[in-house]
Amino acid sequence: MTAAASGASAAARAIAARRGRDGGATPIVPSQNIAGRALTLVIAIMTLLAGLTVGAVTMVADAAQAWQSDLGSELTIEVRPVDGVDQAAAIAQAVDIAGAASGVRRAYALSDADTGALLEPWLGAGVDLAALPVPRLVVVEIGDPGALDVEALRTSIQSAVEGATLDDHNIWVDRLRTMAATMVVGGLVILGLVLCAMVLSVVFATRAAMAGNREIIEVLHFVGAEDAFVAREFQRHFLLLGIRGGIIGGALVVVVFAIGGFLLRAGAGTPSAAQLDAFIGGVSIGLTGYLAIAGIVVAVALLTAVTSRLAVRRSLAAIQ
Amino acid sequence: MTADSRRSQREAYLIRVENVGLSYGLGPEILSDLNFGIEPKSFQFLTGASGAGKTTLLRMLFLSLKPARGTITVFGKDATRLNKKTLSRLRRRIGIVFQEFRLLDHMTTYDNVALPYRVLGREEVSYRSDVVDLLKFVGLGDRMHAMPPVLSGGEKQRAAIARALITKPELLLADEPTGNVDPPLARRLLRLFVELNKLGTAVLIATHDIGLMSQVDARRLVIDAGRLEVYE
Repeated sequence: MTAAASGASAAARAIAARRGRDGGATPIVPSQNIAGRALTLVIAIMTLLAGLTVGAVTMVADAAQAWQSDLGSELTIEVRPVDGVDQAAAIAQAVDIAGAASGVRRAYALSDADTGALLEPWLGAGVDLAALPVPRLVVVEIGDPGALDVEALRTSIQSAVEGATLDDHNIWVDRLRTMAATMVVGGLVILGLVLCAMVLSVVFATRAAMAGNREIIEVLHFVGAEDAFVAREFQRHFLLLGIRGGIIGGALVVVVFAIGGFLLRAGAGTPSAAQLDAFIGGVSIGLTGYLAIAGIVVAVALLTAVTSRLAVRRSLAAIQ
Repeated sequence: MTADSRRSQREAYLIRVENVGLSYGLGPEILSDLNFGIEPKSFQFLTGASGAGKTTLLRMLFLSLKPARGTITVFGKDATRLNKKTLSRLRRRIGIVFQEFRLLDHMTTYDNVALPYRVLGREEVSYRSDVVDLLKFVGLGDRMHAMPPVLSGGEKQRAAIARALITKPELLLADEPTGNVDPPLARRLLRLFVELNKLGTAVLIATHDIGLMSQVDARRLVIDAGRLEVYE
């Protein structure tokens, strides 16, 4: 082996070693520039907004589901005082009828103390219920919703007990369902708008990158590159930006929810924290929420790559 | 002359230029009635005063500029009727050295020279030693990891030449390839072109350096006042 050949092979080995150290050949589209960093930031912010939207929608949907199941697991019989009718006997009769219905776990009348507590905000403490004509409530706990015929129970209660009405909370469940559906649709619309804004940002960034890297595109064409090769190089560049921005944004979403949960726990016992906890059941998005956020990160990266590829192909078609 | 004989004559050339004229917009023709051909394995100089149109003619031969009239046939194909895929394939058979080098500043000298292989989709292991050998031959063995912005004009020139030669093209078009180097290196580069020509590559060098042209007994294409004369 000649000295020159030996030197050349040593240099080739040095290049191979350098490749291994740097993680592959230099990208043909420069990976770091101001526009690239700005786009990464935009994608991160868009992912954060999309993730917060999905997280909030998940929380509201879960809370609404919990309210619905709470309300759906109970019925209430209201027994109004009627002249000439023994209210205590009417209550006992309502409890008997409801307790005997199939699908009902148990039925019981609210005690004087519980009724007094319910009325306390309006009538004050220490009310003598016997002296006042106030309606009394019978709570009916449902054991097997499938076996219970609510309409039959309503008919039998209302025909047998004068002054009694059955409330199955349908009006509240319907309102909750409507509200939850509205919030979910609103969230999806916001998510759609955020993704549209991100697609437009990527299109403009791709066009700017094409304009900024026109020299590179020309040189690639001069050495015989086909449009598909050039598009692939730009797509790889934007896919990396999308992944980086998506991961940063996704991590920020997790941090925001973690901080929210921490603040709620730190403020446990205060009226506002208690209200929030009662309303949405705490700032926690659960496994579904985290999976949805991971899905958004993947979708953002893919959307960025596909958008940039289409934008690059359109731009290349215009270049002779 | 029959159509068949005209076709076979065109196919005998790598590039055939017939009655070509070029003008920008509605302005006067800056190149008129060009007629010449580049044969396989031939060696020629393209010369003329500065601003005569040498670079413009090279751009037409390299398919990056279309003539206003006439026909340019490249490897047997009419240059005005090429789709982009065919254009790319034809350009891979031509090496070009630009007067302004056109190296990619964010890539090392090695990566710039290896670029044509990457475009071809070759694995790096299959061309790494070829690139290193060529870089050493053009005197850039110790600059292969340097970025173009830190190279001197002469070093950039040699890197650009190496990039044009690396895939052993059938035709090499070089625009003032020795314009930024000292006379000894210019002679060495010229020897490189001559050696390449002996190995079968046709060479067209655009230059206004009479000293350079005097070193090789070769055909001369001279542009003067928009017209081209061929001196065999």
